[in-house]
Amino acid sequence: MSEITKTAAPTASRPILKTLTPWIGFLVLLLVLPNIFSSNAGLYTMNLMGIFVIFALSYNMLLGQGGMLSFGHAVYFGLGGFMSVHFMNYIEEGLFTFPMYLVPVFGGLIGLVFAIIIGSFSTRRAGTVFAMISLGVGELMASSSLIFVAFFGGEEGVSGDRTTGPELMGIDFGKDIHIYYLIAAWVFVTVALMYLFSRTPAGRMANAVRDNAERAEFVGYSQRKVRFVSFCMSGFFAGIAGGLFALNFEIVTEENLNALTSGVVLLMAYIGGVGFFIGPIIGAVVFTLLQSILSNYTDIWQLYVGVLFVLTVMYVPQGLTGIIMMHTTAWRLKRVGGLIVPYIRIGIPALAMMAGIAAFLEAIHHVRTASEDDVMMSLIGIEFDSHALVPWIIIFALAIIGGVVTKLQYPQLKDAWETANKLPASGEGVGS
Amino acid sequence: MTAAIELKGLYKSFGPTAIIRGVDLAIEKGERHAIIGPNGAGKSTLFHLISGRYSVSGGGVFLHGENISNLPPYEIYRKGLSRSFQVTNIFPNMSVFENVRCGLMWAKDYKYSFWHLVDRERELNEKTAQVIEEIGLTSRMKIPAGVLTYAEQRALEIGIAAAGGADVIMLDEPTAGMSHSETDQAIELIRKITVGKTLVMVEHDMGVVFDLADRISVLVYGEIIASDTPENIRNSKAVQEAYLGAEAED
Repeated sequence: MSEITKTAAPTASRPILKTLTPWIGFLVLLLVLPNIFSSNAGLYTMNLMGIFVIFALSYNMLLGQGGMLSFGHAVYFGLGGFMSVHFMNYIEEGLFTFPMYLVPVFGGLIGLVFAIIIGSFSTRRAGTVFAMISLGVGELMASSSLIFVAFFGGEEGVSGDRTTGPELMGIDFGKDIHIYYLIAAWVFVTVALMYLFSRTPAGRMANAVRDNAERAEFVGYSQRKVRFVSFCMSGFFAGIAGGLFALNFEIVTEENLNALTSGVVLLMAYIGGVGFFIGPIIGAVVFTLLQSILSNYTDIWQLYVGVLFVLTVMYVPQGLTGIIMMHTTAWRLKRVGGLIVPYIRIGIPALAMMAGIAAFLEAIHHVRTASEDDVMMSLIGIEFDSHALVPWIIIFALAIIGGVVTKLQYPQLKDAWETANKLPASGEGVGS
Repeated sequence: MTAAIELKGLYKSFGPTAIIRGVDLAIEKGERHAIIGPNGAGKSTLFHLISGRYSVSGGGVFLHGENISNLPPYEIYRKGLSRSFQVTNIFPNMSVFENVRCGLMWAKDYKYSFWHLVDRERELNEKTAQVIEEIGLTSRMKIPAGVLTYAEQRALEIGIAAAGGADVIMLDEPTAGMSHSETDQAIELIRKITVGKTLVMVEHDMGVVFDLADRISVLVYGEIIASDTPENIRNSKAVQEAYLGAEAED
């Protein structure tokens, strides 16, 4: 599914089964997941994950596929959400009869309509101009959401009730597991559609315009129209994600279309890896996990997400998917096994270092925020006095020794990496 | 019969500086036409004016009798004029195969379609493979274009330009920076892809020019000082003084 490793489709079309295997796997995964994580918290997290997967993928149609950096993608997500929640209320009031599970379609349509309007002028240029316009439009929408109370509901937002529509085979979507399967179905369909879009002429030219907008014009394509088509598609799918958000949470507020949400989707796509189709999926999953799990244990989880983002930008611009894809050569040569021990050898001290740094941050946070007499703090079940000297010495020792050992272990990993990736002399080398 | 390309009093200035100063030129259909001239004469600018990269300051560009001055590049391409670039201008992160396919999609009438799946379009992919075969990159078609060698990228550059079957093909220094053997291959390639088509090329390598061209125009300081057969150009006094003189002394 990646753009970098599998770009060409040779003339002989691949066997259908091979093409379908990942999708069947994806479907099975979606069906099996709620049986593994059947708790309410698990379902809650997975529902959010599904919504964010669609949202992040729609964002990557702009950033990764089309080379458009948007700071206002939440506009289409939020508007889709508001539109859907209004439709949920219309259905409840009996204005018309419509199945609740199709409500996200309205979200998608309003996302599409606004993408057509805004895209008609913002896709004129890529790069900084596009980014600035998206930022401006995002701020405009966020501030109007507090002004036009009738549609946006002011600060408390708009709420609805998803159980009031006509039932589907006796299911009224009152239970979390029902909404999970609803979201899963939407995720499967929209992910497939977005993937298929990337394989159409419009989708391929989006990549071409991203790579070299000028040359695209000299093979007959207006770069503006190519961007516009991607932009509209992206708005449509973001709107669907917003509609699912409305169905799932039964409330949509200003926060769903402001800059924070626009930032979150950028973070998800980038951490996952914008160069790969599955990148944003991984990014959305990781981000949601961090958000819902880490936030149970620490107040400063956003700091960790921020650090992860900065480290990604600095050291692995290809994202988490990029790290996985780095192993394809070794995988093909069947040498990944040789990397396990070196990874463990560097992984243990690296974990110790990260634990030390995290403990340091947590301890500082505790000293700064806890009340004067509350000196005891707890980290992963260990109670200690954050004002005493010994815990601090241990924390520093953990971070520094971990760091030094990590550095000492680096050469052996590098050697192992080179051995694992060394192409056979007669093999087909890339750089000849 | 109308000329494939006709320039009438073509004029281009950047601010107060005139680069192209009234060029009149007619290139007949099926002709292989080379434009030569010293550095800074405005050859590439002339190319950019014809292909729509630059706007025209005065005069007109006519393609098969139709005025195409100041049309956007994609409109000019759709009217049947395709070009390559002096500085390699490809889609670096896409595979060789995709690069060529992008050069074919408009010609095959896919436009901005989002209801066709490119991998399922048999004819499109077969034609793409055929073009890649012609430019000799079949064994390299799956790798990203950005990692090709320089000569391969130049071949791809020509392949993208020629893929769509435009009847006027413009090549801007197709052999620049190539070794002798690579140049010979490039000449063969150009000959092959321009059969029955109109070719306009800018070229510094006189061997290539005299080998390929039916007619040659000499551009000096934004003006065409001669436009004739290779034989007459070689013997022209004015041309030798203005341009070839320096090389003849070597």
